[in-house]
Amino acid sequence: MLALLLGLHAVLALAAPALGRRLGPRVFLVCALAPGATAAWAATQAAGVLDGSATTQVISWVPGLGLDLALRLDGFALLMVALVSGIGAVIFAYSRWYFSPRPGLGRFAGVLTAFAGSMLGVVLADNLLLIYVFWELTSITSYLLIGFEDEKGSARAAALQAILVTGAGGLAMLAGFVLVGQAAGTYSLSGILADPPGGGVVGAGLVLVLLGACTKSAQVPFHFWLPAAMAAPTPVSAYLHSATMVKAGVYLIARLAPAFAAGHAFWRPLVMGLGVATMLVGGWRALRQHDLKLLLAYGTVSQLGFMVVLVGAGIPELTFAGAALIVAHGLFKAALFMVVGIVDHQAHTRDLRVLSGLGRRMPGVAAVAAVAAASMAGVPLLLGFLSKEAAYEALLHAHLGVGGALALAGVVAGSVLTFAYGARFVLGGFGAGSGQGAGGHDPVGPDVPRPAPAFVVPAALLAVLTVVAGVAPAVVDPLVGGGAGALDPAAGKAHLALWHGFTLTLGLSVLTLAAGALLVVGAGAVERFQGRLAGAPSAVGVYSSALAGLSRLADRVTAVLQNGSLPVYLGVILLTVLALPGLTLLTRTRLPGGIVVGESPLQVVVAGVVLVAAVGAAFAHRRFAAVLFLGGVGYGVAVLFVIQGAPDLALTQLLVETLAVVIFVLVLRHLPERFEPSVWRLGQATRVAVAGGVGVFVAAFSLVAAGARTAEPVSGAYLEQAVPEAGGHNVVNVILVDFRAFDTLGEITVLTVAALGIVSLVQAGRRPQDRA
Amino acid sequence: MRVTGRSTRPPQSLILDTCLGAVFHTVLVFSLFLLFAGHNAPGGGFIGGLVAGAAFVLHYVAGGTGQVTRIAPVAPFVLMGSGLTLAVLVGMGALLAGGQLLESGVLSLDVPVLGTVKTTSALPFDVGVYLIVVGLVLAVLGSLGGEADRPADEPEGTGEARAR
Repeated sequence: MLALLLGLHAVLALAAPALGRRLGPRVFLVCALAPGATAAWAATQAAGVLDGSATTQVISWVPGLGLDLALRLDGFALLMVALVSGIGAVIFAYSRWYFSPRPGLGRFAGVLTAFAGSMLGVVLADNLLLIYVFWELTSITSYLLIGFEDEKGSARAAALQAILVTGAGGLAMLAGFVLVGQAAGTYSLSGILADPPGGGVVGAGLVLVLLGACTKSAQVPFHFWLPAAMAAPTPVSAYLHSATMVKAGVYLIARLAPAFAAGHAFWRPLVMGLGVATMLVGGWRALRQHDLKLLLAYGTVSQLGFMVVLVGAGIPELTFAGAALIVAHGLFKAALFMVVGIVDHQAHTRDLRVLSGLGRRMPGVAAVAAVAAASMAGVPLLLGFLSKEAAYEALLHAHLGVGGALALAGVVAGSVLTFAYGARFVLGGFGAGSGQGAGGHDPVGPDVPRPAPAFVVPAALLAVLTVVAGVAPAVVDPLVGGGAGALDPAAGKAHLALWHGFTLTLGLSVLTLAAGALLVVGAGAVERFQGRLAGAPSAVGVYSSALAGLSRLADRVTAVLQNGSLPVYLGVILLTVLALPGLTLLTRTRLPGGIVVGESPLQVVVAGVVLVAAVGAAFAHRRFAAVLFLGGVGYGVAVLFVIQGAPDLALTQLLVETLAVVIFVLVLRHLPERFEPSVWRLGQATRVAVAGGVGVFVAAFSLVAAGARTAEPVSGAYLEQAVPEAGGHNVVNVILVDFRAFDTLGEITVLTVAALGIVSLVQAGRRPQDRA
Repeated sequence: MRVTGRSTRPPQSLILDTCLGAVFHTVLVFSLFLLFAGHNAPGGGFIGGLVAGAAFVLHYVAGGTGQVTRIAPVAPFVLMGSGLTLAVLVGMGALLAGGQLLESGVLSLDVPVLGTVKTTSALPFDVGVYLIVVGLVLAVLGSLGGEADRPADEPEGTGEARAR
């Protein structure tokens, strides 16, 4: 059933482009069937799965590589499926209203469905290599979705940046998977977690895996691609870049942390340190944004850091709080992004300096935004508050020493910033007083058209869920508890609670709200202070200069290696031959016993002719004469084949020589009649030396190689099996089309590619007006 | 044959043209014979394809690229593409029939006039090879030959430029 649901995504993704032409934006409703069906099916499984019994399905794929299509739905996977498919279905419904009919919409819906399937694969896969495959599929679909408006240069650049950063991290992660998988002796995720391997190699592998997870989940210093990815249409931002894809890294860290955090000393400082840094950087940058969408993007970066701190610690109570935050964040952030989409769609701007009085114009949307932002900020009676309380509580009792205290301080500071930018979002987007009309624009707000009710429903649905779960934690507690329990059985025993009593935790929550409110009141001062710090070095700058440096390096290397001189190319190849196998030959020369100089007088005569022709080719002054001499060499060798009783070889050699002479003649028409003397004085001597050396090497190598046989020749077996196995008496042909047919397939493919190359090279050499 | 290429086309030769009429089809039939006989006697797709290619080369020598284009049934890359497709399909066919990729099977047929004809599934694979080799020769003749047939009195120093 799991594989079937993935297949449904694939089918709808392929069908969407054709459907899109006929249905327009309604194609999203058709595509919503895939995540909708998945969510419904997952709901039917929920009771058993959350109790700890996983649903699995294994289809053998490449057993030799340990690569199985192993799918496993356990509690945590179910929690992620609820996000990927549940919120996915909501986003598809929202997209139907967000997009007006335009070309390419079907393709977009198809890629979005393909992403939903890939992300589903990431969270369901129980094999490291399979996770990698789906992981990269999400990167690729994300690339296509960010670059959807491909007529915009900025969208293309953002898409490229995202795929370069996440792709590089993905490659590191693959290397890490291989190291960990080899050390564990299995690539099964559940197998590795049940019996985690230890040692330095595994540590190195884990660092590489963490690199992949951190690029995907936009942790400092790889966070910059996520705000740039906001070039994508808003449904993509809501779905990929807040609710699901960016949580893939969090998902992986959450899976690995309970098994590895305690055993490797670097794990907690590295993961929790990165998480806290990300939370602070994201929150700080969010306070500076004027674009509502960018504000949310930095907010997502910040929240992802928060999640990494929680799930990365590998401590049961923190894992539980992390699972709660993943759910809460999925609900409130997707709702906030959808609100931005509605504002952008109706008002055609997202600049909070321009927007004014939208709250009075669309009170419903404003209410949704306020609820979601309050949940993000940790206001009581909302789901976000519950997860933040759980996090504070767990960090207070984590016994992590100084590091734990620093983490707690960082998380509290980050939450203060979260409150501040959450308020900035709501007041800036929907408040009355903020629209001062910056940049010469008049304030926009009181007269924008109201959105269609169905456009608001998806976001409102998520906001209602946030409230319901916040007031009655029992609604969401089984999902969070079951999810955390699948990561770490001890984590499953925790529960979300509305009221812990008058504890230090409550004090911290009050402190957060109070400090956040102060930041909101003093927003002007904060902004001025940030403006003064604006010159600080940024990760984007490092990224662009690294990219530019890579281009320059590639230019230089290409200029040296591909300098366009045929003598240099040939020289490099031949000198390599002399240096590597040639030197080996010198050190271990062992001539075979019983060298036969010739078997018949005819062979000696023909060999003499070949030698004369070869010398003639080397000394000829005219190109045409040299070609004819070369042809003589070829025909002589063909005669030698005939004498040895190899008609197929001889026939092929004759034909190839004939065609080669003709083709040479075709080319020679455009070359001067005579070879021009070498410009460089030493050139001639060098060429003679290289050519002579290679000649001696090849001759010696043939002799030595013939004497180096240790295994039985395959020719005997081929001769025996040609008739019974392949029904052919001509063993040469049987080898070509049967025994080694795969080689032949490769060779004819190369022939085709070579022909394409020749034709395009000749075309490229022509002047434009001559091109056909 | 002039090699300096100062004329726009190779000179037409009456003797060559006349002989060609008789030789061309004979060579093509011979190439098909080599193709089909290849499994048990010298020959095969590669050799057959080269022989057929040589037949087209004769046409090129007699009348240049234009004549080859006129006489060749389809564009070179159509030949190469269908050859490659055929070879891959044959290989996949073995997979579908429950064998390994590119495994061949033997087929015996009783044809009324010819008697018992034995063939193998390697034959269509070899036909693919044949088509690709013919296509390659035609592609080279069309591009390099076409290049050589163009008026050579161009101002650009093509000789030096291409020699390097």
